[in-house]
Amino acid sequence: MPAMQEFTLRVRRYDPESGEAPYWAEHTIELEPHRSVLEGLLQAKARFDGSIGVRCSCRAAICGSCGVRINGKPGLACHTHLDKAQASSQTGDGVITVEPMGNMPVIKDLIVDMDAVHWKKVQRVTPWLIAKEPVPEREYVVDRESMVDVTQSMACIQCGACVSDCLSMEIDPLFIGPAALAKAYRFVGDPRDDQQFERLQDLAEDPHGIYDCTHCFKCIDACPKGVAPMNQIMRLRRRAGDDYKINDRNNGNRHERAFVTLIRDYGLLHEAELLPRSYGGDSWFGKFHPAAGQEMLDSLPVVTKMLLRRKATPKKAIFGHKIPKDDLNAVKRIYETVEDRDDRYELNLYISGYDEDSEEPAPEQSATAESGGEGMTAAENGQPGMEPEDSPTREESDPEGEPTS
Amino acid sequence: MPAHDVLIIGAGLAGQRAALAAAEAGASVAIMSKVHPVRSHSVAAAGGINAAINPADDWRSHAYDTVKGSDFLGDQDAIEVMCSEAPHEVMHLEHIGVTFHRNETGHLDLRAFGGASMKRTAYVADITGQAILHVLYEQLMKHHETVDRYEEWFVTSLVQGEDGTCIGVIARDIRTGTMEVFRAKNVILASGGAGQCFKPTTNGLICTGDGIAQAYRIGAPLMDMEMIQYHPTCLVENGFLITEGARGEGAHLLNANGERFMEKYAPNKMELASRDVVSRAEQTEINEGRGVGPDGVGIYLDVTVVPKKRTLEALREIVNIGKDFAGVDITREPIMIRPGQHYIMGGVKTDIWGRTPVDGLYAAGEVACVSVHGGNRLGANSLLDTLIFGRRSGEHAAERSAQMAMPVIPDSRMLEDVKEIDDIVGRERSGKRISEIKDELGTELNRNVAVFREAEGLDHALETVKRLKEEAKTAYIDDRGTVFNQDVLGAIELGYMLDCAECIVTAAIERKESRGAQFRTDFPERDDDEWLKHIDLTMNGDGPDVSYSEVTFTQWQPEERKY
Repeated sequence: MPAMQEFTLRVRRYDPESGEAPYWAEHTIELEPHRSVLEGLLQAKARFDGSIGVRCSCRAAICGSCGVRINGKPGLACHTHLDKAQASSQTGDGVITVEPMGNMPVIKDLIVDMDAVHWKKVQRVTPWLIAKEPVPEREYVVDRESMVDVTQSMACIQCGACVSDCLSMEIDPLFIGPAALAKAYRFVGDPRDDQQFERLQDLAEDPHGIYDCTHCFKCIDACPKGVAPMNQIMRLRRRAGDDYKINDRNNGNRHERAFVTLIRDYGLLHEAELLPRSYGGDSWFGKFHPAAGQEMLDSLPVVTKMLLRRKATPKKAIFGHKIPKDDLNAVKRIYETVEDRDDRYELNLYISGYDEDSEEPAPEQSATAESGGEGMTAAENGQPGMEPEDSPTREESDPEGEPTS
Repeated sequence: MPAHDVLIIGAGLAGQRAALAAAEAGASVAIMSKVHPVRSHSVAAAGGINAAINPADDWRSHAYDTVKGSDFLGDQDAIEVMCSEAPHEVMHLEHIGVTFHRNETGHLDLRAFGGASMKRTAYVADITGQAILHVLYEQLMKHHETVDRYEEWFVTSLVQGEDGTCIGVIARDIRTGTMEVFRAKNVILASGGAGQCFKPTTNGLICTGDGIAQAYRIGAPLMDMEMIQYHPTCLVENGFLITEGARGEGAHLLNANGERFMEKYAPNKMELASRDVVSRAEQTEINEGRGVGPDGVGIYLDVTVVPKKRTLEALREIVNIGKDFAGVDITREPIMIRPGQHYIMGGVKTDIWGRTPVDGLYAAGEVACVSVHGGNRLGANSLLDTLIFGRRSGEHAAERSAQMAMPVIPDSRMLEDVKEIDDIVGRERSGKRISEIKDELGTELNRNVAVFREAEGLDHALETVKRLKEEAKTAYIDDRGTVFNQDVLGAIELGYMLDCAECIVTAAIERKESRGAQFRTDFPERDDDEWLKHIDLTMNGDGPDVSYSEVTFTQWQPEERKY
């Protein structure tokens, strides 16, 4: 057993009954370095101050109670080792900062009101199976892969870590958000569900729905269970746009298509073309459509602001960015590869990103990393067997000497 | 004052299933839990759920395996009910959305589990409990108009009418500290086990025996309390559970000499003998000096013999647990495990409809003892137990409600509970801390009421528990507030745990034989002539009275138990 070591926890305290503002309390605890921040908190509670409020039960990252922010990052207290937390200290002196999650009102200390935000949003997505009729006498006979596939979103423990740091939700509190949309995929991806189209239409037409996500990846980083909520949102979009051809009134789907076309043609975003195409149609002629004109007019204040803040220059915006021809061809090849496939391969980190013996790279694995596992089914291509630390988007590498893929 | 036909305490699998069944039967239903329902400890059940759904299987075979697993202490009428209704229940779960894994033909896949004569465990990777719990909660969200949810409410006591029937509960809203009386025609306890009496345990911090103690305190008898399951594969580090599914998928157990020692103890079933047998075998290896690790207190669980792809697909969670909590990649190297406290077979005595001898009070799931598990529970039978008897309790309670008037409880009835909480909050800081007492209790029980037991150790444990009960009366807390005062709830929970512990130790002292999970080194043989009977404990003043009840036999007579 490794020796005991001292760690200092800096805990955000808030007592709603005191009338006082939140404050910081520091406690020095003694534990082996691989013990969790939760165990540290529990020791502080047991030895020094029983009034520290923190929800917890299983201690093994399955009940989802102890979502907090550690050194500014959301996660489970029971799933974060003390030594790692110490190493990522923001204060520079190794002190581990523990705060309640964001985007949800604080009730007391580390306890937030998940009902007011998280569960309300889950309720929004009709979170139960609407079973196909007739219900069979025995089980529904469905593809083996389909059930493994939805296990990824089933693996969500509703801890709220992704909700805590969702940037879109910060701007638009009504955004349905990563956890609830991942839950929605659990039904849309379930072959037994009878209302996949209705669900998708509902989520696409909602101005706070699937097109409200900005691709920031924060939820993927935050999730302790490898659910990769953003990927589930993207899968909802592909199902809605590609499979069911849902052209939502928010222009989310058209906007995404315009984006995709512009990158194919120019290699980089062509800002001046994006808006007109999103509203007027996905071609050079889009700008002559009345809807495009109207949208351009409406967007003038935003455009002005962009120019003033130098987010775009008039020249680049109007004439587009230029990239070398070879690069442009490389981009085109990516499009061809993807579009030539018979089946759409879903970028599902849970399935494609697990850490196959990194020191003895298997050829099919490197292919997986680069192309997203072209030509492989979910079952062939590993399973939701990876742990989140192995996913390519995780920044920290395992100090035990596990090179990241 | 809220009033419901059926009030369910606890929102794990048993509680949620009961709520849905009662609501479907037309009753007005409320479900109350001290944590949000999806935090309930059912969430940690990993491996799967048993049911004879393979056409080549037969529920009688499942029932016989269960009877044998129980070391013939299980009541066979109850076991027949559970096993014969199992296939229908699993199909029901499938229909409401549980994402059970499929085989190549698209039908439910089944995996091998301990003590079972064939593959009959349906599963969702190794998050079966989580998957079912979350799907039941989906159904509660769907039926939010017919099932009232009181999430993060803590029950302080059960209320009895003048004739002794259970007519409601007193509870505290954890978020505000408000106390309230809940009237109910029927109360169903579904608040889980008491693993926190032991340290370490695989059980969550919330498993503090609340329901067992609450029922005991109003006179409901407890049964089979000595039967504590030690799970064979818990991390040496911290007692976390490694699912039996690992052995079901083919993993081996190895001692320090690299031997698959189960050959000696269970030559036919090997690693898949029943849990009591495997735990005892491991402990014997450790005690005889063939343990692994620096202190020789562990056994190797070797999952590397399972194809890696299969491990990553079907044992995902324990790959994570190995990495996160023991620093071991189980796909590459063996992991150190040992037996650890996991489950209590005993609990509040009920019949096959979940009825306790107290009218109006039902119990289902780990809090209850039907008894389907007898001396030892088979893996993947606990989820089944919760669902079958949760549903039956819900249905029965709903039916009973239809013929009743709503009981009346004066508001003043809760003054005692209010005062008790005020007293705890107001205690002087002179005694012990709650956490100290809890620690000592857990350590004591894990030392003396574990895999191997004998009179001296058990007597020591009983003395310790009695002393701790005294010390708990003056133990102090820090939190003086009302909002989320977890401290004061911890003090009440400690009281529940101490009552449970006293009953566990008393029953273990009483049973002077070795059967199932109870192995007495001073009485190493099973003694059917004397001890083929249940031990019932009833509260009398400050301690339990002991009595006995018959085991129900239907088809299977006791025989020597070999794996």
